[in-house]
Order: sequence, then structure tokens, then C-alpha cells
Amino acid sequence: MLGLNKKDFSLFVFVTIFMALAPIIFNLFPTDSALGFFNGGYPDMMQRFAIFAIFAIGFNILFGLTGYLSFGHAAFLGVGSYAAVWMFKLLGYNIIPAIVLSIIVSGLFSVLIGWISLRRSGIYFSILTLAFAEMSFRLAYSVLTPLTNGETGLQVYNDDPQIMAGANSPDAPHLFGIKMNSASTINVGPWDFTFPVGYYVCAILMLISFYLSIRIFRSPFGLMLRAIKSNQTRMAYTGLNPRPYTLAAFVISGMYAGLAGGLLAAMDPLAGAERMQWTASGEVVIMTILGGAGTLFGPVLGAGTIKYLENVFSKMNEGLLHSWFSFLPDWLEAPVVWLISAFTGEGWHLTLGALFMVVIIFLPGGLVEGFQRIWKSTRRKTSGDDDANAKVTPAE
Amino acid sequence: MDAIFLQTLNGLDKGSAYALIALGLTLIFGTLGVVNFAHGALFMIGAFCAVTMQRLLNLSFVTIDETQKDFLGNPLKVETPYVESWFGPDMGAAIINWSVPLAIFLAIPVMLIVGFVMERGLIKHFYKRPHADQILVTFGLAIVLQELVKANYGANPIPTPAPAAFSGSIDIGAALGFDPNVIIYPAWRMAYFVFSIIIIGAVFSFLQFTTFGMVVRAGMSDRETVGLLGININRRFTIMFAIAAVVAGLAGVMYAPINSPDYHMGMNFLVLSFVVVVVGGMGSLPGAVLAGFLLGVLESLASMNEVKNILPGIDQIIIYLVAIIVLLTRPRGLLGKKGVMED
Amino acid sequence: MTKSSFTRRGLLKTGAIAGAGLALPTIFTSRANAYMNEPKGGTVTLGFNVPQTGPYADEGADELKAFQLAVKHLNGEGDGGMLNTFSSKALTGNGVLGKKVAYVTGDTQTKSDAARASAKSMIEKDGAVMISGGSSSGVAVAVQGLCQEAGVIFMAGLTHSNDTTGKDKKANGFRHFFDAYMSAAALAPVLSNQYGKDRKFYMLTADYTWGWTQAASMKEFMEGEGWNMVADVKTPLASTDFSSYLTPVLNSGADVLILNHYGGNMVNSLTQAVQFGMRDKQVNGKQFEVVVPLISELMAKGAGKNIEGILGSSNWNWKLQDEGTKAFVKSYGTEYGVPPSQAAQTCYVQTLLYADACERAGSFDPCAVVPALEGYEFDGLGNGKTLYRADDHQCFKDVLVVQGNDKAQNEYDLLNVFETTPVEKVMYEPDNPFFAGGDLGQCNSGA
Repeated sequence: MLGLNKKDFSLFVFVTIFMALAPIIFNLFPTDSALGFFNGGYPDMMQRFAIFAIFAIGFNILFGLTGYLSFGHAAFLGVGSYAAVWMFKLLGYNIIPAIVLSIIVSGLFSVLIGWISLRRSGIYFSILTLAFAEMSFRLAYSVLTPLTNGETGLQVYNDDPQIMAGANSPDAPHLFGIKMNSASTINVGPWDFTFPVGYYVCAILMLISFYLSIRIFRSPFGLMLRAIKSNQTRMAYTGLNPRPYTLAAFVISGMYAGLAGGLLAAMDPLAGAERMQWTASGEVVIMTILGGAGTLFGPVLGAGTIKYLENVFSKMNEGLLHSWFSFLPDWLEAPVVWLISAFTGEGWHLTLGALFMVVIIFLPGGLVEGFQRIWKSTRRKTSGDDDANAKVTPAE
Repeated sequence: MDAIFLQTLNGLDKGSAYALIALGLTLIFGTLGVVNFAHGALFMIGAFCAVTMQRLLNLSFVTIDETQKDFLGNPLKVETPYVESWFGPDMGAAIINWSVPLAIFLAIPVMLIVGFVMERGLIKHFYKRPHADQILVTFGLAIVLQELVKANYGANPIPTPAPAAFSGSIDIGAALGFDPNVIIYPAWRMAYFVFSIIIIGAVFSFLQFTTFGMVVRAGMSDRETVGLLGININRRFTIMFAIAAVVAGLAGVMYAPINSPDYHMGMNFLVLSFVVVVVGGMGSLPGAVLAGFLLGVLESLASMNEVKNILPGIDQIIIYLVAIIVLLTRPRGLLGKKGVMED
Repeated sequence: MTKSSFTRRGLLKTGAIAGAGLALPTIFTSRANAYMNEPKGGTVTLGFNVPQTGPYADEGADELKAFQLAVKHLNGEGDGGMLNTFSSKALTGNGVLGKKVAYVTGDTQTKSDAARASAKSMIEKDGAVMISGGSSSGVAVAVQGLCQEAGVIFMAGLTHSNDTTGKDKKANGFRHFFDAYMSAAALAPVLSNQYGKDRKFYMLTADYTWGWTQAASMKEFMEGEGWNMVADVKTPLASTDFSSYLTPVLNSGADVLILNHYGGNMVNSLTQAVQFGMRDKQVNGKQFEVVVPLISELMAKGAGKNIEGILGSSNWNWKLQDEGTKAFVKSYGTEYGVPPSQAAQTCYVQTLLYADACERAGSFDPCAVVPALEGYEFDGLGNGKTLYRADDHQCFKDVLVVQGNDKAQNEYDLLNVFETTPVEKVMYEPDNPFFAGGDLGQCNSGA
């Protein structure tokens, strides 16, 4: 169906259902209950989940398939955001031109950077992309201020031309009049479920991106990219020049990043230079690998896991921990809170770094591999069949 | 003219930090073949050794002085460092004043242990994995190390002053026969430059003139043959990793007075030092040192107002620009050996 | 889950839920709430968004302490601090409008993106009705814009750029702190008195909104005093090593260095300037001088001995002798063991002013709070008589010219009040060219 085989189709359907029901799935707990803290179903978090899933899916097309590790993808995201905000400033708040332009601009930008960087591979490629990204960040932060508004971030002012904006156009990003920041909240007993418009726009685009990525993975082109990963020299000996294929993969993933950047701006019309910094590129690397690089579902899983955990962990402050552990005797409570607080609140990155290391060391295939192992060990007991592997096939 | 001289001097000083970090990175890469993204974190840990030393020396006991009042009008709590009560106020104050140089004696054992544990505990398992995995796991380690430092020392930069004897500046121009008051450079930065030359010299002589160093060099050029000769090259490489960690750590200790250390300083240096390594040539020790100083000087010269007026923003990107040009035109870097990591 | 209720943040057409997510955009409706995050339970939540990492982390930590203290006092705990000296008596220490004050905190990382994300989650997840904080004007401007869009009040913390209440002013945003223009207006006469009329100055400027407006204001006023500018060099906010920016200064012919840096930036640049021997040099036959237009106690602490004798300006200083200051220093000092910084004072005062405005308006509705603050005159909060001007939501009060203390009595005695510049000297019209181009717009309650 839809040109997908049965396994891929069921994966796609599963992801579609998940995305559609995310506002419910992320808000499992009654709002005012003690566990309500663990809810993540508010617009900003879900939008970021969908947007970063797009970013990671795109990154995975490059890294997962060809093995080229780019540390500069955040630059494309940033360029996409700037392009989108400029569209808001010049044309108006409709998100369609903004998103289209952000994909085009970041695509062009990635042609340029990819064409240069892909002349090298391995660690040199990583450092070249890193150097380009850092250059873009520093320029955006300093001399390109007229274009980027520097540290404050590019934003829309009341006196911007907005030539396409009519008299009654909303003064926030919108899709033909439907504002991105509007949402409906449904109360079911003690539960509140928020269904944000912006999130569903992101989710639909994310599903399209996901579908395209499945098609790329299963296409002859995808096969070619895998061949590059497993042995580039051998491929060259067969008379095939790998560079056009890697460049195509690089540009596609750059356009995914641009789409993500455009969407970030559409959800919140301000573009800051920090989103281009190399540590921001590191974040998408972490997401992809945590979920499972080279698998279809890995990047989505990685983005979801990290964005959700970030939402929960970074909000646990010491006051909250004290209230949770107040049942413990004093001599025990203080050290427990101290220990946990090192990993939460500002210390959330420690949790992230540790989690990331554990995955790299023990689960090179990411969380997807972890689930597969569990799945296999349960299946082996019954039938010994391992077709679970086919559901989310690693690149190698 | 003196502006160029001064900026060159400043570039050499910046470059000495780059060179020291790049030297360690190259040692690790050349011996173990591992791309260490946690090297910046080692530099940062070194700087925090200086902070720790300062804190240790300032450990105080509190006495309440009824004759003085604090800002709330309560009796003043006077803190006297133990060092001052043990060695007398003058001697104690002098010891505290010299806490940064003294931190070297703390940093050496700490960095040896950190380096040893890192290599045996983690890096060892990644020799056979692809470079990408090495980058990723050390990147993760770098995050963990810097967050651990943040959890213990907070996110704010911690002022770590140099000894008072080094707090002023030296009129180098006058010493060299130029007009006085034109070429003036901070004393501690001069000390940093000299210190880095000493360390670099020490590392090179160690590799050049000791049997241990000879074996390591042999191992760097042909690991298998050295192994076949019955030499346990792995153990020596482990020691080299620890030595590289010490070099990074010492670079960090002495850097603390120049910029107050914060948990993130390693990441800031990491990118730069990688650029330095590839410009110098992956695996080439003289290349790393040369490129370090060269890029430092270039960066400094690019930040002159005259240059910036022609090419705005060039000071921000010059290093990356040079790296890109070098990588594209001479992939093995300035002094890299032909065939080493050249693809 | 059989019974649906539409009481809280209701939706009109339940049936459409069945159409599941994808059909949803067609049925969105406005909330049942009268305004964004209307507090329905026994508590009201405020969001404190401060830099906990980055170059302004020190200031952020102090701001957070002040916010926590303010919340305590609003809820009737502690000694009440400035509630006792505040000219308005609407606040009684039983929360605000009978609701207990709760708060959530976030880290801006001194980055616009991160700050917006953090503020967004406070508004969307935690239901904050007011966001406060700052320490970087870039961040403050970005978050102020977000609050305007979202329909909550933004009580700016430490932000000193002219743009916050100039080009980027917003109806939902209010600033108690002073601005770059006032700093320059207060400093210029003092500087020309102290250092003479015939001076050449060189500026290093943090490359973002605050730095630019600070540099432009200093240039305007110092040239008005007959000084000449040699150069104005922009330095990236993230830089820590200023050596390559400092080396050209001594040979440029300038005899004054003005550091338009704040927080960790300023600590580094001043320390390095002193290491370069700038403070003991003679240029053009005059003593070389360093000026830091905006000084805080925390920066003075970071810079140590280097700050001695340096002139600059401050919004407030804990050594002032009015009743409000004394009450605040006492309760802050008792709570935390150190005297408060100007960042702490402005954040504490902003929280109180917000609470007081809600109390007087009888509602948390932003569109009721805004008129309550506009044109409001108050006293007893440490700065003397102060006016919240309606035209730009900027507070006008006396400005302090301060000097690094070279005879410190104790480790907190870092700055002396050199002169108090009365408010008339620093007052400007709302259409002043330094503040032109902005538009408050309409208050937004998010309904």
C-alpha cells in the first residue's frame, strides 16, 4: 500500500496513529494529580518533538545510510529559520511561502557546503562540516547582523512591509487564517487534552517526511547509499562515482533540516543564531543515534525520547524533589535529593550525556536495537523466528 | 608596525594554548588511533585543578570578632585560612597567592589518573570500532565530564588570579630597544607562552631521547612490527594517553588566570584544537605545534581593526576558513605524512 | 471517562474529537477562560526565567534568590521586606488576590532561543500568568515579544538596552531597571569633571542590542562633553579572551577605554585590560582611564581589585540609606548571608509591583494589570520616588554614579555611591531618537 511493503506500511500506520493521538498519549495523567508533572502534552513540547523528528529523519538519511557523520547540520536548520522569518517580514504571516523558501534556501546552502565537504570523508568530513557550521554561526552572530539581528534573534516588527498581509490577517503565523498558536482543549473528567493546530501542521509534515524517508530507504538510491557506507572503494571499482549519491543524500538531509527550521520559525516567529551552533548539531546526532541510526523508526523514537525527557527532567528542581521525598527520614532525604538533583533541572544534560554513552557503548543500534533484542528474546522462546528484524532494518 | 608585532605576540600566546591541546590530541591519535572529542574536557579539568587548589589553600576556620560588624550589624565572622595559621600570615598569604602554579603538583597526578582510567575504562573498548563511534562516545564523555564539573562547581566562571608577581605587564618594547610604552604585554601571558614552550620541548625530548619514547615512535609508525618484536606496545600507548591528558591538564591549569574557568571552556577549545590538528596534519606532532602557533597568530592579526575594516567579521572565521582551504588543497595537512588518514 | 465537562478550558464541539487529530484544525475555538492562564485554583503561578548558565549566570542566580524572597514575602512568610516600606498598602501578605503565590523557574542560558522555549513551557505547561527575568537585553526583548503574543505580562528583570522600552517595547512588557541612555546622561558630566574635557575614548562593545545602544548613548553624551571617539569595536557576546581587542587600544592614541560589557564579559575584559597595564599608563600626557558604564556588585566581586577607582552607573546599591533599601538588605542578607545586588533589587521590586498592580486592579487579567501599572507613581522600594511612564512602560527614578571602592571595609563593600543623579537630569521624551521606532500596541490578554 502507498508503494510500501507490508512491514513498512504497518510501521507507517503505527507512527501515524501515534502522531494523531500524541496529545492524549503525552497527557496520560490527570492534570492536577501528582503525576501530572510527567505530562508532556502541551503545544511547545509536542511541536518540538515533531520538528526534531523531521530534523533527525533527515539527518539519518545522510548518517544512517552513508555513514558520513556531519557535525554541522544545525546550520541548515538555522538558515531555514532565517529564511522563514524573512518571509514573515516581507510577505506576511502565512506559513506556506515561509516553509517553501526555507526548504529551498537550505537546499541551496547544503549544495554549496556538501559539494565542498564531501571531497573528504571520515573524520575530515566531520571537521569540515563542523567548521562550516561554526562559521555560519559566528557570522550570523556578528557581521551578518543586518540579516539575522544577531544575538536578539530575527523577529517581525509592526513596521515590516508584509506585502501579502491583508487588513484582517492574523498577527501571528497562520495557514490561510488558521493561527498556529491556537489550540482546543478538551476536558475529560480530571484530564485536559490540548490539541494545538501548530502541532498537527508539524505532524502532517513529519509524516510526509517519514514516508519519503521510507521510500528513499527502500529505493535503489538508498541501496547505493548503503553500498557507500559498507565499502566506498569497492563501489568506485565497479565504475560508480559515489560522490553524486552522497551529495544527493547530503542535500536531501539539508532540506529536511531546512524544513525543520522553517517549522520552528512558524511555531515561534523568532530565529536566534544559537540554533546554528555546533553543539546544536550535536543534539540531532545524539537523537538519531539514541533512537537508532540507520533504522527507519530510530530518529523518531530518539527525538521523542529526548524531547519528552528534557521536558520532564529539566523541570525537576530541588524544591519539587524535596516535596516528593519528604516521606523519607531527614538523614536520608538530603543525600537522595542531592544525588537526584545532580541529574535533573540544570543537570539534565548530565542524564542525557550518560544515557548517550550507555547507548553508544552497549547498544550501537540505539533504542530500536534494544527493543529488537527484547522482542527477539521473547519470540525465540515461542517460535525462534526473527522476522522482527525486518520491521526496522538497520542499514547494515 | 608595533601593532603587528604586538598582535603577533598575542597570537603566539593564544597559539600556545591551541598548540598544547593539539599536541595532546595528536599524541592520542598518533599512538592509539583514537579521535578524542573529550580532550577539551581534559583541558577544562586541568583548569579546575587550579580552582580546586585555590579552594584547598583557602580552606578556613571561622572566628567571631565582636569588635567588628558585618553589613547587617551582626558581629563579623572572620575567616582565617588554615594555611595562614600554620605557616604564619605572610608565608600563608604567599602560598595562597601562588595557588595556580602550585596547582601543577595537583594536576599532574589527577590528570594521570583521569587519563589512565579513561583509556583503560572506556577508550580501550573502542579501538576496533569505527572513527564515528569513537567521536560519539568521547563526545558523550565530554558532556558527562563537563556536567559533573558544573554540578560540583556551578555554572559561573570562577576567578583564579595569577600570583601578584605576575599581575602586571612587561614592557617588551623597551627591553628590545623599541620606544617604551608601545609594546606592552601582560606578564602572566608571557609566562604562559614560556611554559608552553617548555612543555612542548619536554614532550619532544621525551619522545626523542628516551628508550620509551623511541618505542612509542616506532609504534606510531608501525604498530604491528613493534608488536612482533615482542614489545607490549599497548601498555606504552596507555601511558602515552595519560601523558597527553597531563599535557592538556597543565595547559588548563596555567590558562586559568587568563580566563576564569567555567565548565564549558573545554567545548570552546575543542573545535579549535581539532581544526588545529587537521591543519597541522593528523598524526604529526610538529605539525600540531606549528599549526597551533600559526593559527593563533593568524587569528590575532585578523582581529586588527585595519584588517576588519576591509573584511568585516574575518577575525571570527579566519581559523575555520584556513582549515577548509588546507583540507581541500592539502588533505594531509601542513606536515602530515603521506598516506596517514588521507582520504 | 464517560462524562465530559467543559468547565475549565472548554471546547465547544465535542463531536469533532471523533474526527481525530487531522480534522481538528477546522474546529478550533477560543478558550472558555477570560484570559490566558486564568488562575482557577488556590494558587497563582509566576514564571522566573533567568540565566543559570552563560556569561550572565552570576546575575541570574542572584535574580532567582530575589524572586524567591519576593514570593515568600507576598505569601506572608519572613519579615515582609519592602512590603513594609512600599507606598502602596494593597498587599497584605496573604498572597495576591487571596491566592497563594507559586513559581516555576527556567534557564535562559543567555540565549534568545532557549529563553523563548523556556518561557513557552512555563506558559503552556505550568500556566504562568506572568514571566519575569532577564539579564541580557537580547533575551529580554525576545521573551517580551513572546509574552505579548501569548497574552501574559512580562516584568523585565535586569535589562539595560534602550530598545527594551524603545524600538522593541510591548504593551504587555514593563521595565523597572534604568537604561543605557540614562546611564550615559548621568555619567557624562561626572566623567568630564573627573577626567577633563579634552579626552579621546576607545570603546569595546558587546555585539548585541544592549551593547549597541549603550555605545551609541555614550558616544552621543561624551561627544557632547567635547570628547572624541577613536574607535568603537564590537566584540561577540560569547567571547572570553579579549586580548586581541585590547592590544590595539594603547597604541590608538586614546586615553580612555570605555567597556560596554556586562557580567562575565566585563569581568574578563576589565581584568585583561588591567593585565595589559592600562591603568598605570600615561597617554597624551594624561593618566589612562577605564570606564564601565554599567557596573554591578557581582561584577565588582568577579573583577576583584581591578575594579578599584573605576567609574560607572548603577540602578541601585545596597549601601543606600533609605528605609526601603534598609528593609530589603536586612531581609535578603538574613536569608542568604550576602547583600543583594542591583539585579536582585530590580527583580524583587518588579515582582512586588506586579502583585500590587493585580491587587489594585482586582484581577490577574493582563488588560487590567497594564492600566494599573501605567502612569503609576510609587515610593519606598529603594529608588526614591519612581514613575512607571505610560508612554513606554519605563520607570523613571534617580540614577547612581558609582565607583569601585579602594578602601573596602568588608568583602561586600565593593562600590561607593559617587553621586546620585536626580531623575530630571536623565529624563527624556518618549519620542527621543534613541527610543524611536517602537510601538506599544494593544495589551493582549490571550483570550
